[in-house]
Amino acid sequence: MYVVVAGGGKVGANVARSLLRLGHEVTLIEQRRDRFDRLEDEFEHQVQRGDATELFVLERAGLARPPDIVLALTGDDEDNMVICQLAKEKYGAPKVIARVNDPRNQAHFDLLGISPTVCATSSIMALVEHEVPEHDLIHLLELRKENLEIVEVQIDRDSPSVGKRVEALELPEGSRLISVMRNGQSEIAVGSTMLEAGDQVLAILEPGKEDELRRVLLRT
Amino acid sequence: MKALIIGCGRVGSSIAIQLQREGWDVVVVDENEDALSRLGDHWPGAFLVGQGIDTDLLREAGIEEADAVIAATDGDNTNIVIGEVAQKRFDVKCVVVRVLDPARAEFYAARGMRTVCPTKTAIDKMIETVRTCEFPGARATA
Repeated sequence: MYVVVAGGGKVGANVARSLLRLGHEVTLIEQRRDRFDRLEDEFEHQVQRGDATELFVLERAGLARPPDIVLALTGDDEDNMVICQLAKEKYGAPKVIARVNDPRNQAHFDLLGISPTVCATSSIMALVEHEVPEHDLIHLLELRKENLEIVEVQIDRDSPSVGKRVEALELPEGSRLISVMRNGQSEIAVGSTMLEAGDQVLAILEPGKEDELRRVLLRT
Repeated sequence: MKALIIGCGRVGSSIAIQLQREGWDVVVVDENEDALSRLGDHWPGAFLVGQGIDTDLLREAGIEEADAVIAATDGDNTNIVIGEVAQKRFDVKCVVVRVLDPARAEFYAARGMRTVCPTKTAIDKMIETVRTCEFPGARATA
């Protein structure tokens, strides 16, 4: 497999190293001179210096072949978005993976159809949510390929959704309720399902819609 | 008419002042509060400090009611992402984006973004200007 890795920081360099160890063909691109010099000692001709959002840099790295996968792993989210757009739309790379540095930018990646994405902060938060049972919205499953996730929401007495039918809820676009668990019994959520305090609701939604869903189900 | 200008350097501030004089309602955003000084002593418009790709800040700056968004920060990719967000998320009809790199400017222009590339303009203009020079000693080229 031919992989182009943009960004030679801790993340990019370690990914490149791991891929090489697995026997893949890799080109790593790093812009900063100091970093590049250090990387060159290790990666030799497999690292190139340049701005991976410049077309000639990408072409020198073999984007026109195109690579089987392009990894946009720089520390700059805007750069990562542009790298992915160029890789997919200009060069026809079949797959891209982008690093999200600031989770607030996740919505921009989603808007531009860049998927899958990896965000360390979000991953840590998802783990924290698992570890903290009283948390009101728990991530159960991430469907990366579909760009959807399944979450569980605990409805309490003060939730604005208590006593409302599912069809009367103004759920955010890109979200649906799947099921309602009450007294140990689970039922598929339909339009006429009435929510009650104590319900555990499963919902499927596009990543980034959690806060909107939380507002509708849990807070006024 | 309302304009939102992201990036208050030489270009952004001049556009802001010009549009404001022409009667536009102008909001300027820059990550550095010192940039306000580029707008003169008595800037009558709004000025917000923050990152141009911060959706909350864009909302606060009134992007939902903006007739035009102008992205003129010193980062090409930041401007491009601001442009995409303004067009695709907020459905702003007039989005103008500065992109210094001619190759990226051309790529995004082909995808329907109004990009302005000062580098390309300078290249074209300078070549054109060289051609206007007269070279008395030169022989005519075939």
